[in-house]
Amino acid sequence: MNTQPHTQSHTSATTTPLLSIQHVSKAYDSTVALDDVSIDIHPNEFFALLGPSGCGKTTLLRAIAGFEAPDTGSITINDDDGKHETNLLALPPNKRPVNLMFQSYALFPHMNVRKNIAYGLEREGMAKDEINVRVDEVLETVALTDKAKARPNQLSGGQRQRVALARAIVKRPKLLLLDEPLSALDRKVRAEMQLELKRLQHEVGITFVVVTHDQEEAMSMADRIAVMHDGRVQQVADPVTLYTRPANVFVADFIGSGTLIPGTASTASGTNEPTAFTAHVSGSPVLPAINPNNVIGESILMLRPEHVRVHTNTAEAALAGTVVETHFYGGSSVTAVQIAGLDTPLMARQPGAPAHRVGEAVALSWNADDAIILTDTSSTP
Amino acid sequence: MSEATAQATRAKKRSTIGWLRLPLIVTYAFLYIPIAVLVVMSFNASKTPFVWQGFSTRWYGELVNNELIREGFINTMIVAISATILATILGTLLAIGVARYFRSAIVEAYSLTPAIIPDLALAIGLLAFFSLIGVTLSLFSVLLSHVVFGMAFVAAVVIARLGQTDASLEEASRDLGAGATTTFFKITLPSLAPGIIAGALLVFTLSLDEFVIAFFTNGPSTPTLPIVIYSMVRFGVTPEINALAAILLLVSFTIVLSAQRITRLTDAV
Repeated sequence: MNTQPHTQSHTSATTTPLLSIQHVSKAYDSTVALDDVSIDIHPNEFFALLGPSGCGKTTLLRAIAGFEAPDTGSITINDDDGKHETNLLALPPNKRPVNLMFQSYALFPHMNVRKNIAYGLEREGMAKDEINVRVDEVLETVALTDKAKARPNQLSGGQRQRVALARAIVKRPKLLLLDEPLSALDRKVRAEMQLELKRLQHEVGITFVVVTHDQEEAMSMADRIAVMHDGRVQQVADPVTLYTRPANVFVADFIGSGTLIPGTASTASGTNEPTAFTAHVSGSPVLPAINPNNVIGESILMLRPEHVRVHTNTAEAALAGTVVETHFYGGSSVTAVQIAGLDTPLMARQPGAPAHRVGEAVALSWNADDAIILTDTSSTP
Repeated sequence: MSEATAQATRAKKRSTIGWLRLPLIVTYAFLYIPIAVLVVMSFNASKTPFVWQGFSTRWYGELVNNELIREGFINTMIVAISATILATILGTLLAIGVARYFRSAIVEAYSLTPAIIPDLALAIGLLAFFSLIGVTLSLFSVLLSHVVFGMAFVAAVVIARLGQTDASLEEASRDLGAGATTTFFKITLPSLAPGIIAGALLVFTLSLDEFVIAFFTNGPSTPTLPIVIYSMVRFGVTPEINALAAILLLVSFTIVLSAQRITRLTDAV
């Protein structure tokens, strides 16, 4: 069985990583928060740490910032295209060339916006004139020039978030860490700030590492995402790869929706060549699939709803079943098909109105390279 | 739904006081009539304290000229001001230590004990302790004793305040490049300021009219104001005492009200 589910994407691996996290582990008493985590983050990347609560993503972020000390492993920052390497773990939080934007924003309530933003520069011992110039500049970047004199409690949630961001980026850190930056905002503001964050990251040219539990947020903002679960990195890849080529069942389930069919994989192709998958449903049909992760034996076949075609003509069938439900969403509709021997109905999404009635016998088909054989991480202890 | 509405109406009815206004008035009368009598009588021209003979500020004048009272007042001020400063510093540090670095319910309970145990027990204990280590009883021993319970009151108020402040403020300060000392003075202290000020004012008012502990731990030559008043009252209540009590009342009221105002104002921020 595959015990190392890490699969690094090599899209931008040619440059020296800015931040290199190597084999970092951390345990509290008996609970393991981080288990042998290794991630490389590249310059100017918008990187997301994604996972359900308790997966270790915040612990990792705090370890980079200096508020948690890992038990083992190393975290280094490479300056000047790798000519200079800084061991972050040897430095206290106030000496690290990274800044953290807190989930609560942690704005100093007894200081106005300008003072809040200037705080970090004052600590560097920068000249007053230069501080003023830098603060004015960053206030303009986040469009809060007219709020410079306001106290944090006089600002809206979105404005507070921008002050917190300004306070962090005014220091021009090598790396900006953001802990659930949008979770305190309401839905509408959140959508605006998603775009805003992306724009700002581009504008200031700082590498962003965002922690989030919201997969849509991560998918829409990040260049690359590390999916974490139980303290382990499940997969590091760009959003499209995560969606179309998940490394295991956890990632497939966490990113987007899909139907999972248990079965047996007999051929380890390791490529995108179609291969056979024997499903554990009545009749043990052999289904078209690909096996890029080289899985052998008991495994799971994942199908995204938009890849499944529904036919009335049962001759083309990969699987046959009965329509149990149809949902119309305006632009598209979802048909739920019950397959004998499968616990949950198989979902198929088509454009337009539902083409089949509830109770109708239908056949399902898909392209082999849209059906991926995955390691069943949920059954491994 | 209608059930909930009916319940809400009933709750609203119950919240209007109705006939309960009567016990409320009686209770307030019980609390404040003695105080009112005291204040009124302090402006009485008569020498017998409880017979009204016309308005006069004579007793306030006599008060200022009374050597004993002036001396007691100065002693009390020395104790109250120094005890407030010491208790505030120590109590704040104690609170931060207990709440941030040594999370333990037992330690926290022990830090608050001097504020809770009976004054008499504390007074006897302190007296025994002072004679054990050979400290001569003086204004200084009163000061130390007031610091003991004052510190506990400050710690109680500041611990409550610490519970309300966002612990990530200090982390944010560290993250932005501040060392531990800068963080303490620029972030921790200002965010605790309302609690610290409230605690300090509380200690000041408590120390101002503290009798039992001062009685036990004071030396014979430096009586504080409450002790002076006690020795004067033993020979009967004079109108001077009324005037003095009225002044003390005014001071305590002002301090308590301003403490409340400061905490409310800074809490809003």
